[in-house]
Amino acid sequence: MIKYISKNQIKLAPIFFLAPASCLFLLYVIYPIIDSIWVSFHSWNGMDRGLLGLSGDLKNWKWVGLDNYKELFFDDYEFPTLIINNIKWLILSLLVIPIGLGLAIFLNQNIKEMKFIKPLFFFPFVINLVVVGLIFSWFYLPKYGFLDLVFRSLGLEPIAFLAEESLATYAIIFAFFWPSIAYTMIIYLTGLTNVNREIVEAGRIDGAMGFKMFWYVILPQLKPATFIATVVTVVGALRSFDMVAIMTKGGPWGSSSVLAYKMYEEALFSYRMGYGSAIATILFIIMDIYIVWFLYRLFQNEKSEK
Amino acid sequence: MGGKMKIFSFGVVLTTLFTSFVSLAGTLVINNNQSDPRAKEVMYAFIDAFDKAHPEVTVVVNDFDHEEYKVAIRNFLQADAPDIAVWFAGNRMKFFVDQGLFEDVSDVWESAGLNDSMAASKGSLTVDGKQYGVPYAYYQWGVYYRKDIFDKLGLNEPRDFEEFKWVCAMLKKNGYTPITIGTKYLWTAAAWFDYMNMRINGYNFHMDLMAGNASYEDPRLDDVFDKWAELSNAGYYLEDHASLSWQEAITPMINGEAAMYLMGNFVVPFFEDAGVADNVDYFQFPMVYKGVGMAEDAPTDTFHIPSGAKNKEDAKKFLAFLANPDAAKALAEDNGSLTPNSNATPPSDRFKQQGFAVLSSASDIAQFYDRDTHPDMHGDGMKGFQEFMVKPERIGAIRSRLDKTRKRVFSSN
Repeated sequence: MIKYISKNQIKLAPIFFLAPASCLFLLYVIYPIIDSIWVSFHSWNGMDRGLLGLSGDLKNWKWVGLDNYKELFFDDYEFPTLIINNIKWLILSLLVIPIGLGLAIFLNQNIKEMKFIKPLFFFPFVINLVVVGLIFSWFYLPKYGFLDLVFRSLGLEPIAFLAEESLATYAIIFAFFWPSIAYTMIIYLTGLTNVNREIVEAGRIDGAMGFKMFWYVILPQLKPATFIATVVTVVGALRSFDMVAIMTKGGPWGSSSVLAYKMYEEALFSYRMGYGSAIATILFIIMDIYIVWFLYRLFQNEKSEK
Repeated sequence: MGGKMKIFSFGVVLTTLFTSFVSLAGTLVINNNQSDPRAKEVMYAFIDAFDKAHPEVTVVVNDFDHEEYKVAIRNFLQADAPDIAVWFAGNRMKFFVDQGLFEDVSDVWESAGLNDSMAASKGSLTVDGKQYGVPYAYYQWGVYYRKDIFDKLGLNEPRDFEEFKWVCAMLKKNGYTPITIGTKYLWTAAAWFDYMNMRINGYNFHMDLMAGNASYEDPRLDDVFDKWAELSNAGYYLEDHASLSWQEAITPMINGEAAMYLMGNFVVPFFEDAGVADNVDYFQFPMVYKGVGMAEDAPTDTFHIPSGAKNKEDAKKFLAFLANPDAAKALAEDNGSLTPNSNATPPSDRFKQQGFAVLSSASDIAQFYDRDTHPDMHGDGMKGFQEFMVKPERIGAIRSRLDKTRKRVFSSN
């Protein structure tokens, strides 16, 4: 045995090195995913699965097949709102990318003063999303909030964005812009430092100027940065749970809720683990589609680079 | 990624080791949900007093955030039970009793004489004739109002709903917001539903509804929603309340812009801290129909011994310590509540005195919407009430939705 190991050291080494991390990954990531999909086919209140009721059958744990999914798709009056809100998040959050790029280009000038201005733009990225949510709830606060003050000073009728069912989601997404624009800006700033000067010079000699220079020479070189910025923003938008929880609790009356928040509400507050898991599974599938596309693009890119 | 994972799991192992170390015999582990500064201080003072009376017991307290505790309790009762858990009476307690997770403590009630001294709250801690916990505090609900504004306009405390509406109209006419409320966390709207329903249809119908035996489309509720809608339609509630927390909604009242707030007595410290308590007074939620018993919401906070507790003997000593009138009084009253222990000297604070009088003469005591009905029902229920307060015209859709939820929730249990 020992002989075998010492003989095949090089072959076995990666397995030994990977084993601890893989075991933990299996235990803390893969197993919960599978279990949560399993739970989604049951009615479960989160208590002891093996507890027996008076009639001798399982009290807390019951197989219901696809009932949870059926209820979610056809019976839950909030489901259309959730899906629409998730789509709003997905689409609007993409705006972050051009804005981040614009800021990055603005900040990428070789002026002494920029050194002091740059950190100001980094700042929101450093703050926790929960804190961002809090700051913006104060910003939107009717009567005492800053926005209210601005509206009043302009002689306009103030709007309580978080109290309006048709506006609350947009108000939260707008708050989400603040830290995520800073993030995409950082990605683009690093991307800009890697732009090949020679190609830019060559472009200049060929007469590329202004927008043409940007569109045909700079932007193609920023492709990897654009790719990462898109991925991070979209994943952030799909997970958009913390901001919703802090700013509106999904309200008013569930109108700004998203899949992730609904899952939390059902599983932890309504004691419906099965139903919550069904929502989690749907969210997981949506993300999977996106991740598969992401990996496909990644491999394609690597291939073309080789 | 791998490295991060390892540290995380190591942390988990460490905490589980740690918690099982501290729950060795001889020590009493208490899981505490009182996280607001004042409430926490009061709880610790009570535990200190117990520690002095029982030097042989070492007390260990695990502190939780109040909201987080509601989620955590389901895990720790099953996985790593403390010896004492803080919780709520009524249906919230019954859920865990049904799961076999709370210990029968009828013997403590017997031996510590609680059957006499806490007779009034006994019902809310009893399931099938046995007691599963001991109450340590309860508090009244009612309308807190700015007395200075009332005096200035020559208004009196309303005695019935007609007078109440007239008071609102007068306040509104003079540029005040009659009623402040913040419904971001939903339960403040449920208080209005509880009171309107109990005043109009009485305690028994309200409890039938809470237990899922009456329908949200029952015609008897028409009157409740009609009368409630009169208040919203007339614009008596604070604007944009759906985006405000209950604490944020206190501000207009402190500033003297809003006049009334339907709240629990725990709101009083906020008025005291803002220095306006002298201008604030309290009245019982007004009668709507003569002949309907004046039932009150009075949520009761409790201590329980989990079935998985390791040191039940000392835990029972801890529960029995509530029979001590002085300690029980301090634990409740220093935090704006009343003590269920009738041997304690009556409260000296005027809000508590009024609350005590209201509750002593109440026809029945309810716990509160989110403690009386099923946990799966109250989320949808309170969302519906919030929507109704802003969009009263949608009441038909809201009620049919709530009844659908009711049928689902109560048929499966």
